[in-house]
Amino acid sequence: MNIPDSLQYTKDHEWIKINGSTALIGITDFAQSELGDIVYLDINTVGEEVKEHAVFGTVEAVKTVSDLFMPITGKVLEVNPLLESNPEKVNSDPYGDGWMIKAEIKGTGSGLLSAKEYKELIGK
Amino acid sequence: MDLKLVPLNDLHTKLGAKMVPFAGYNMPVRYSSDIEEHMTVRKGVGVFDVSHMGEFLVQGPQALDLIQRVTSNDASKLIDGQAQYSCLPNETGGIVDDLIVYKVKDNDYMLVVNASNIEKDWNWITKFNTKGATMKNISDDICLFAVQGPKAAATLQKLTKIDLNTIKYYHFSKGEFAGVQDVIISNTGYTGAGGFEIYIDKKHAEKTWNAIFEAGKEFDIKPIGLGARDTLRLEMGFCLYGNDIDDTTSPLEGGLGWITKFSKQFTNSDALKKQKETGVKRKLVGFKMIDKGIPRHDYIIKTADGSSIGKVTSGTMSPVLGVGVGLGYVTTEHANPDHEIFIDVRGRLLKASIHKLPFI
Repeated sequence: MNIPDSLQYTKDHEWIKINGSTALIGITDFAQSELGDIVYLDINTVGEEVKEHAVFGTVEAVKTVSDLFMPITGKVLEVNPLLESNPEKVNSDPYGDGWMIKAEIKGTGSGLLSAKEYKELIGK
Repeated sequence: MDLKLVPLNDLHTKLGAKMVPFAGYNMPVRYSSDIEEHMTVRKGVGVFDVSHMGEFLVQGPQALDLIQRVTSNDASKLIDGQAQYSCLPNETGGIVDDLIVYKVKDNDYMLVVNASNIEKDWNWITKFNTKGATMKNISDDICLFAVQGPKAAATLQKLTKIDLNTIKYYHFSKGEFAGVQDVIISNTGYTGAGGFEIYIDKKHAEKTWNAIFEAGKEFDIKPIGLGARDTLRLEMGFCLYGNDIDDTTSPLEGGLGWITKFSKQFTNSDALKKQKETGVKRKLVGFKMIDKGIPRHDYIIKTADGSSIGKVTSGTMSPVLGVGVGLGYVTTEHANPDHEIFIDVRGRLLKASIHKLPFI
């Protein structure tokens, strides 16, 4: 199970990579393996400020659907355009090409986990 | 409640399966990817371990009489070596379970039932066994491997002298397979991809599984999980008990009129006959998404103006079609092919149209 030390995580299995005033957000390797083949991303919050822990979209796998939760309070700037035609990138490269949204940070996350803490959470 | 284990549980774990609780059993849901496994069965050959399914023997001079009383299809039409899809109607208009009735020979039948309903079905059928048919629950002794796909016959033919070409759809043969005696090789399945189901004593299960994989090597045979089993059956529009049919849905509403034969008396047949004459108020239909989205169990089906006309019972993205497909009940006036309906997906109405089954 790939859990990079350079990222921060949520209890809901999102990761966040903070770069100055913006951040990239996606779901973890563990999350994608639990969901199975990702077929569709349903995110309609571009331009909106979404509060920490609130839903910014949903991810549809073949067998199931899951809400996506904001790791921090932020304004959704864009959805990864690659995922429109290649949603399977979330499975094959969850921390790279499979990133889901870019957000402008409006507040720091209070419940973010380190890689070590996230590993403990999922028992790996 | 403790999960029951199929005899090859450890083997599936070793093969890297993600195991999940299903129908009281710890079952492999996927080994690699749902879509990959789905396409393996559509284009090549894959094997499902569905040993959780239940098997009852019904034997003796009263066997057929009992089966006729509890099932909706007409088992008197079966010849030796023939199988029949059927259901157990309840007394209040619904369905206890759907099942397959196998006729080995006169006075010798096997019923194959859903794992989640083994106890319920056993109790139900026993209740009607007033004339003394001999019943035996052999569910824990039998393993069932569904070997499905266009390369299934070529794979399995290597393991038996029985000419598999002579076993027609919904027929079976009992004989030597992979060196094991008394194996049932049945031309049935739940995928629409062709293939056979192998019923074998659990003592020989691992050896037989390995022999099938050795034989299928040249076709790149793969183990297939319940995830792909569900998407495969949905593309064909096959019902799943507990989702599409249950204790409250009538066989006629569920599109099972073709296995409901009024040429004989069976549980609740008078009421069902009346329902057939007056017509059903709702029907199970297939539908295909026009807007982008995936229907899921329990989503509400609506008209363009938002009034509710039914409910989704099964839904997925079809790996072959690449769009969302589903089954659901709608009021009869909305049940015609190409009729436009809307699925309420998280508060948004997404357009879909009624589609004749199968989808592919």
